[in-house]
Amino acid sequence: MVNRVLEAIGSTERHCSIAEIQHALVGGLKVQDLTAAYLGAIHASDLNAFITICDERAMQQARDADRLIAALGAQAFVSRPLLGIPIGVKDNIAIAGVLMTCASKMLENYVPPYTATAIKRLEDAGAIVLGKLNMDEFAMGGSGENSAYGLTRHPVDKTLVPGGSSSGSAAAVRGGLCVAALGTDTGGSIRLPASFCGIHAIKPTYGTVSRFGLVAFASTLDQIGPMTRSLVDAELMLGVMSGRDQSDMTSIDYTYEPIPEPDFSKLRIGVPEEYFGLMPDIEAKVLDAMAWFESKGAQVQRVSLPHCHAAIAVYYLVAVAEASSNLARFDGVRFGSRLDGVFEGARALFGPEVKRRIILGTFALSARGTTSYYKQANYVRAQIREDFERVFQQVDLIIGPVTPTGAYKIGAQMSDPLQMYLNDFYTIPANLAGIPALSVPAGKVGELDVGLQVMAPWRQDALAVAAARVFDKEFLHGRI
Amino acid sequence: MGEFEAVIGLEVHCQLATKSKIFCACPTTGTAMNQSVCPICTGHPGTLPTLNAEAVALAVKAGLALGMRIELRSIFARKNYFYPDLPKGYQISQHDKPLCESGSLRIETKQGVKDVRIQRIHMEEDAGKNMHFVGYSLVDLNRAGVPLIEIVSEPDMRSADEAGAYLRELHQLVTFLGISDGNLQEGNFRCDANVSVRRPGEPFGVRVEIKNVNSFRYVEKAIEYEIARHIRCLQSGDTIHMETRGYDAQKDETYVMRSKASVDDYRFFVEPDLMPLVLEQAWVDAIHIPELPQAMKERWVRDFGISHYDAQVLAQTKRRSAFFEQAARHGNTKIVANLISGEILRLMSLAGCEIDEAHITCQDIIDAASLVAADTVSHTGIKLVLAEVWTHGGPLEPWVDKLGVRQVSDQGFLDTLVAEVCQENPGQVAEFRAGKEKLLGFFVGHVMKKSGGKAHPQKVGEAVKAYMQRGLG
Repeated sequence: MVNRVLEAIGSTERHCSIAEIQHALVGGLKVQDLTAAYLGAIHASDLNAFITICDERAMQQARDADRLIAALGAQAFVSRPLLGIPIGVKDNIAIAGVLMTCASKMLENYVPPYTATAIKRLEDAGAIVLGKLNMDEFAMGGSGENSAYGLTRHPVDKTLVPGGSSSGSAAAVRGGLCVAALGTDTGGSIRLPASFCGIHAIKPTYGTVSRFGLVAFASTLDQIGPMTRSLVDAELMLGVMSGRDQSDMTSIDYTYEPIPEPDFSKLRIGVPEEYFGLMPDIEAKVLDAMAWFESKGAQVQRVSLPHCHAAIAVYYLVAVAEASSNLARFDGVRFGSRLDGVFEGARALFGPEVKRRIILGTFALSARGTTSYYKQANYVRAQIREDFERVFQQVDLIIGPVTPTGAYKIGAQMSDPLQMYLNDFYTIPANLAGIPALSVPAGKVGELDVGLQVMAPWRQDALAVAAARVFDKEFLHGRI
Repeated sequence: MGEFEAVIGLEVHCQLATKSKIFCACPTTGTAMNQSVCPICTGHPGTLPTLNAEAVALAVKAGLALGMRIELRSIFARKNYFYPDLPKGYQISQHDKPLCESGSLRIETKQGVKDVRIQRIHMEEDAGKNMHFVGYSLVDLNRAGVPLIEIVSEPDMRSADEAGAYLRELHQLVTFLGISDGNLQEGNFRCDANVSVRRPGEPFGVRVEIKNVNSFRYVEKAIEYEIARHIRCLQSGDTIHMETRGYDAQKDETYVMRSKASVDDYRFFVEPDLMPLVLEQAWVDAIHIPELPQAMKERWVRDFGISHYDAQVLAQTKRRSAFFEQAARHGNTKIVANLISGEILRLMSLAGCEIDEAHITCQDIIDAASLVAADTVSHTGIKLVLAEVWTHGGPLEPWVDKLGVRQVSDQGFLDTLVAEVCQENPGQVAEFRAGKEKLLGFFVGHVMKKSGGKAHPQKVGEAVKAYMQRGLG
């Protein structure tokens, strides 16, 4: 067991679940050795998945964990379900005393004096934070290339992008540099890199995980979620992080709890017709998945989300409008180097994608733009939400692609931001509607990993995950 | 003003008297610079606001006291602009859907009583404070996130007098109800005035906003100045520009702060970090509004027979009004009112404190009033007594004797003094007897002097008249 755990470190192919690792810890593996091995793998890695590595802090946490296990044995894990589990955290989530850059020059020296609620809950549950993960600057981007600290590489093929914006999270999890990672998803930033990297990830119902301590990109869309090698691990993480937080008035009173496998004969699965006729390769994958669900006895039917063709347009107005306001605090008075000056000077520190979105968002909210753009976008957003409400009266879950393609070559889309925006076509609707959506590995298109997306009604996260658990266990093993 | 009419609307920013800030747990009372701050009110990335229920309750209280409609669902919005004292780059305020709408406040001026309509009250957070030095500036964020309400009147006032009366009445209301401590020096009650001038019946003229004036008297003077300036412009055919102006108290004139030629674009949108503020009617109903100053003053005038002026002074603060109510409960209400609004008010303003902060007790005032009512001490004498009690403390009676101000009404004593004075001034006695009755004051004055101020002036007058008549007889 101990060997299996250690062999998974730094490996893109082998992995161990949280339960297996904890089993090894009860059996004598030291958390310190486990942590040191992960830290060693991170230092040796050339993926550029981490911006900050928390060597000393992580080792201190590991020593504390070992003391607890020595004192309490298996009992130590009862109230600390993540005890001894090394994780990575996207660098837009605050941990007191640990540098938080958001992959931006603007925050190259910023050390938050407070800790995000999600991190507090994970660390209270015994998780060990190995470091802060690379990302697209302020979570803006879909490839991991928009980082002031260099791009992140795909762990399986280093000429590819890992996807973004949670690029470091996906690369580190697939690359065996941590057991699990936190990502954040505003328009697909958890699901897209999970799909590209062949891992599991959940974007929960909006409000499930407190946003307190998550640097806001688009406040009405942002959600923190787990990225892992198994859905059970993701559920464990989500169970710990979820639940109403007094510090986030938009958090909801919903604590995630896994449910047993659903009765597939009673399950109605919807497939949006708007998701077809665009990308034949990926659609073939979804057709296979449909056939699998039918073979399990589920009733699979075509549904329609008529307004989802406008989702990208709506998203790139709502998200950028909110971003232009959320990023206004970086005015050079307190962030950025003093030498850069305030306002104009300091704001030159933003990278091109961030600047582009701030300019778009500022216009969308301006007196000239708000009626035709921002307000109109919110109107259409409500229509998209109604589309889902209507469809979820007919079906229990919706399945579809996560991404139009598998991972692409580094640099392939950097000159064409619009093409990159289109990658979010399948993921954005769930953010706009606030509903849960996950990405589960669905095999390969050519050489490239792709995921299947499963969406559920508001707060029905556990149903989507339970169905996807069975899919995960059976689909690939039966077919490939 | 003649053919012109001024149109004035006021926006009052009033700091709510909460213990903590509107969106975080920091105290609202700043100590040293940047001490009452936390990651939330300094706008650290990733922090989120949580709404202070106490602030909502006080804002609702203000709305109820002004007879407003309390919106059970109101929305917070972001007002986006860059300024070094604004840590988030936006102010959380309310825009389209404020908490309270449509009410009024009754004011009283020499022209009579008038109801000024209130358009809305909305909640918002204060910004910090910039301090400028040679070559650099500092920012103090102690105020950032302090809860404010903005009370917006309709353009219903027609003179600087009315504007002043409105401000004083509103200030009295919010301090009285404990909604705000209303400290003008600390900027807890700030006023922006919108002023325009027109010929009656015509549409509103071009409006100018006067900002950052921190005394009621200066607001009045700034408005007066501005009205006169507008009228001069209109008469000479000049253009009035829409602009924001400040007031220079030393020169007693307003000056241009910034032109409003290009309207500010604050890019308002719904604050995504706060849910709509939804109140239950039962919660609103449970907010207790005590007797309002206006009603209380009317009751005092009606039941206690005191003057409007005294009522206004006595109702200035809640503590003063409570003190008066207690003292007046034992009768002699007019005298009690006179004593407090006269001598005690003078002593208070000298000492810079409120009535219940001094040595003097309610019982002292009750005792003083009954001494005056019984003619035992004159109005002049009681002032001396109150001053001593104010400084050294009571009880009051011993001071009356120590100061020797007990009035003497003993007939024999008075007759003796009158006889002495008359014998010393035979010429005047003759004149008086010849009909020059104006000389009465002369005799009374001399007798008072001889008595060392103790004689009862009215009784002395009677004694003088009696002496003159006796002599004739």
